[in-house]
Amino acid sequence: MEPICKHRGVVAPLHRENIDTDQIIPKQHLKRIERSGFGQFLFSDWRYHADGSDREDFVLNHEPFRKATILVAGKNFGCGSSREHAAWALGEFGFRVILAPSFADIFRNNAGNNGLLVIELAEPTIERLAQHAHNQRPYHLTVDLEKQIITDDLGLAEKFEIEAFRRHRLMNGLDEIGMTLLHADDITRFEQDRNKSGPAPR
Amino acid sequence: MSTPKTLFEKVWDSHLVRAPEGEPALLYIDLHLVHEVTSPQAFEGLRLANRKIRRPDLTFATIDHNVPTTLDERFHIKDQIAAQQIATLRKNCEANGIPLFDIGSGRQGIVHVIGPELGLTQPGKTIVCGDSHTSTHGAFGALAFGIGTSEVEHVLATQCVSQKKPRCMRISTTGRLPEGTASKDLILEIIRQLGTDGGTGYVIEYAGDVVRSLTMEERMTMCNMSIECGARAGMIAPDETTLEYVKDRPYAPNGDAWDEAVKEWEKLVTDEGAAFDCEIAIDGTQLAPIVTWGTNPGMSVPVTANVPDPEQARNASERAAMLSALEYMGLKAGLRIEDVSIDRVFIGSCTNGRLEDLRAAAKVIHGHKVHPCVTVLVVPGSEAVKQAAEREGLDRIFKDAGAQWREPGCSMCLGMNPDILAPRQRCASTSNRNFEGRQGRNGRTHLVSPETAAAAAVAGHFVDVRGWEYRN
Repeated sequence: MEPICKHRGVVAPLHRENIDTDQIIPKQHLKRIERSGFGQFLFSDWRYHADGSDREDFVLNHEPFRKATILVAGKNFGCGSSREHAAWALGEFGFRVILAPSFADIFRNNAGNNGLLVIELAEPTIERLAQHAHNQRPYHLTVDLEKQIITDDLGLAEKFEIEAFRRHRLMNGLDEIGMTLLHADDITRFEQDRNKSGPAPR
Repeated sequence: MSTPKTLFEKVWDSHLVRAPEGEPALLYIDLHLVHEVTSPQAFEGLRLANRKIRRPDLTFATIDHNVPTTLDERFHIKDQIAAQQIATLRKNCEANGIPLFDIGSGRQGIVHVIGPELGLTQPGKTIVCGDSHTSTHGAFGALAFGIGTSEVEHVLATQCVSQKKPRCMRISTTGRLPEGTASKDLILEIIRQLGTDGGTGYVIEYAGDVVRSLTMEERMTMCNMSIECGARAGMIAPDETTLEYVKDRPYAPNGDAWDEAVKEWEKLVTDEGAAFDCEIAIDGTQLAPIVTWGTNPGMSVPVTANVPDPEQARNASERAAMLSALEYMGLKAGLRIEDVSIDRVFIGSCTNGRLEDLRAAAKVIHGHKVHPCVTVLVVPGSEAVKQAAEREGLDRIFKDAGAQWREPGCSMCLGMNPDILAPRQRCASTSNRNFEGRQGRNGRTHLVSPETAAAAAVAGHFVDVRGWEYRN
């Protein structure tokens, strides 16, 4: 997993509530058995006409947003299906950071497992950032995970909260399985204790 | 006396491998269900890292999302990418000693239908699957939730998940479900009240008189849709109804092991005085059949109401969401729901694809004919459900009415197989999500109970099933 400490990039506004994982990566693209190849299908129903041509009305089809690495979205981003393909598609498109008032639980975990930084900001802040992104083209933000602060070139300095452990993992690009396997003895002990007391799960 | 605990806390605490301060807890998993769509990258990840599967004996697989529902295509899948995904699951199960309930085995079906049906789902277990509707299994007093593919890989490698402890919510229901309403209507009403993110960060325990009066299958429908209000999981304390359902199923404990298990399961209730982070009360007696009008499961009204007006929205963002939903759905504010005509009906899914759901739909449709403008797909949730339904003659009732009786799978709930809506087709669906494009690009989904779906199939538009003319 690629570590993320400080990231500067172009911001794309997609200020809608409840952007579900069916929109982020529609089901017809979930049949691949690889982890790659999903970026081209990101938001595909919003991004392309049925014949595959670009839709004029979709933000990511316009410069400078085609090169955006930071997405600003409405509340409850990533709700719905558990498909990790959503996080893979966002990452492969180039996004490293998603800013929204709130995120769905499973998506938040999937993002964390793919080095995608999700940050919750208050609704008014999100609205302001989305407006800047819409008006300035390009609007750049710098996200400093170490100092937990987001800055722009106009004097914005917005602190954000993130769980210490999640921050540690993202900054070091740590593989969760590797971390858990350090405690393999604890797992074995748990299994043995359980076998001694009461019916074993089957 | 020790501190009173909630049902959730009892299951959570008894599965903690470690819970260090300031880190996610490591939670042991008793049952890991696997399907073809969210697992190939997990198996591949293990291979690349040269890691072994820790407990293949606690892992069970089936094929559900991709599988076509017509008999000829079921064994000769035309979509080559889908066929490869299924072939990959077979290879991965074979190579790792994971039992696979394959197509034609008599045990294949939607993962959340077969788990309970086989007795794999049991009270007090921790259950995960790479599928958000894993919350279904909470109906047994299990702690069950959906995970992503990286977490599937994590569970395969360690038999644990790394989880932040969720908060607890209790939804207490009073009364009984009125005639003509279903547990689907109850959960849709709960989602409407909570909103699509009202449950985020919570495990919800459903309690009270209505829940106690529900059958296991009705309880599964409720827990299944917990994810639609954002909840991590839904849970219902086990009782006599639960035990009766689990007993004598293929993977249920038997003999002395059954008695021992029951003794443990009887402890799985929320203690008097246990604290919840949030409590909500719902009066079941006021419930009406519900129909969604928008593009998320929280956008719903009673069948007797009108399509709501965005001008009545609570704020600007809700108004924008309502306008966009109405445009997508091709509906106008103020239109009577009962005047909304439909093109398709889908009866099935992990929400409403079980035997009782098919019985409920068949009872409504019996002796009637499907409206000439409507195509109806009935897709049993599993091979076992299909066989049981055919033994009762439900297939005949559907076919005589003009509905299509299909082979089991997820089917049109998410349209990964050939069963999809054409653009602008309108569908009364017993599934769980009405998101844009969910059942097919530009398709329009209205979520309803099996009874309401069947009534709409006959009438050609939504209709209040409480006044239905039964002909059996």
